[in-house]
Amino acid sequence: MKFKFWGVRGSIPTPGPSTVKYGGNTTCIEVRTDNNDLIILDAGTGAHALAQDLLQYMPIKAHILITHTHWDHIQGLPFFTPIYIPGNSISIYGGRDMVTGQGIQRALDVQHQYSFFPIPVGHLKADVHYNDVNEGEKFNIADATVTPITLNHPVINFGYRIDCDGQSLFFTGDYEQQYNIYSPEDAEYIGFQEAIDERVDALINTIQGVDALIIDSSFTTEEYNQKKGWGHGSYDAAIELATRANVKQLFLTHHEPTRNDDQLDTIYADLLKRYPNLGFELHIAQERVQVSL
Amino acid sequence: MSTISEQEIIDYVEAMPAFPKSVNKVINLTSNMDSSAKDIVAAIEGDPVMTVKILKVINSAFYNLQTKVSSVQRALVIIGINTIKNLAISVAIIGILKPYKTKLFDTDLFLEHSLATAFICKSLAERQGISALHSTDYFIAGLLHDFGKIVFAERFPERFNLALEESSETGTDLSLLEVTHLGINHAQVGYMLAVKWELPEELAKAIEEHHKPASNLFGHCLFAANQMAKQGELGTSGNPVIEPFPTECIELFGADLDDLIEELGGIPAIKSTVQQLIGV
Repeated sequence: MKFKFWGVRGSIPTPGPSTVKYGGNTTCIEVRTDNNDLIILDAGTGAHALAQDLLQYMPIKAHILITHTHWDHIQGLPFFTPIYIPGNSISIYGGRDMVTGQGIQRALDVQHQYSFFPIPVGHLKADVHYNDVNEGEKFNIADATVTPITLNHPVINFGYRIDCDGQSLFFTGDYEQQYNIYSPEDAEYIGFQEAIDERVDALINTIQGVDALIIDSSFTTEEYNQKKGWGHGSYDAAIELATRANVKQLFLTHHEPTRNDDQLDTIYADLLKRYPNLGFELHIAQERVQVSL
Repeated sequence: MSTISEQEIIDYVEAMPAFPKSVNKVINLTSNMDSSAKDIVAAIEGDPVMTVKILKVINSAFYNLQTKVSSVQRALVIIGINTIKNLAISVAIIGILKPYKTKLFDTDLFLEHSLATAFICKSLAERQGISALHSTDYFIAGLLHDFGKIVFAERFPERFNLALEESSETGTDLSLLEVTHLGINHAQVGYMLAVKWELPEELAKAIEEHHKPASNLFGHCLFAANQMAKQGELGTSGNPVIEPFPTECIELFGADLDDLIEELGGIPAIKSTVQQLIGV
């Protein structure tokens, strides 16, 4: 199995000279099995560049796993040109929204509404399928097995584990480990902490030993303390999780939009200095970099 | 007299609004960006209607969670505060429960009784060694144990009133008279709804058994908490009968009703905690 980053930025695209190295597109990861089956993790603006690359291989069969429906993870869908080309088969997977009760199809339907996009959803020419995923319910895509797990974010968000060819990777989508909303003196504090621990253990169990963990790590710990509850993780929290789950490689992604290349380089150097004995390879996710597992 | 059907109850509960105080609290808290997650959870957990409507969505077969979620706090850890908050708003906009007020049944006192039973039930569970994580289930059981009565009061007020009057005049247990006048008692309604909401079986069972000999610790805690709340006159839900602790119950707790009340700090202390839960 191999994968390639087409978008590593969080929240909003950040093109410009200061983001040339790591890239300015929002989340999109291309995963290829050894049989060359195509799985795409999220369709942020990086999906447009991926689509340009895929045009040389038409017709294609693509499986797009959407972690959640915030703009930076779906904005590339209407620009994913293979959906307008007959003969292509595009399967889109995602969770149901608990508040609206709607499935993943709504993400595309809404974006193609008259006010937001010139081409109505009825004019998609590819064979488009929608699949609602459920917590812990494994499903197969060709030879790959996908395991979804709900992760804390301000909207329903699924992390996906992909197992194929004896290898594995896990992508969190956007994720902040829930913090304790109670103070130690509150009666609810201990019970709530136990509920958090139970949930984190379930996540560690799901990602245990993966070859690659790709994780939302938007903030430094200092920044995180100012942005608790925003739904994103920190570099230190990512390293702690990766350590507990015995992963082989850790990729830090969802770069904060105001962060430039130099700052990311500095953060990386600092992490290597502060964690000299990590039991895994540490990387900052970088657009167009391909990783073979 | 015709027996009311399960479908009538289910249809009513689907469209049932939440209690005025929590609806107002949810609207106020969610219109302020700086509201704490803790306050939002407290507003939801202080209202049996709000609580079940949120747990019902999370537990629905639609989302197929592997473990049934039985408290708002555990739901928060899985799906996050923002989704919880938006679910609460969607319940709040249904409207406000019209308070039912007669001399035998009063919505405000009903809520106080439910929260008192919830708090005592959770405290008893912790006393018996149940972990803080799981004792939240006991709180929810207390909060929901009389849910059937609010359905009777709002949806079938005339027939429920006959049961209340007869219970008050003759000192007969209200749940027996509910069967006479409505064909079903509130514990059976509570069980039916808890199963429908896909709450854990043990919790549903405790609600069903709360006027019968309990079959496990959960049932004993709920039975005892209900009697203690009545004894302490912490709100009321229309039943004048305080059932004595059966021997089994006294052996389990190693204490009788009065000892347990004393252990929890006495009625005034319990009342003050319950008032905080109501938000008075």
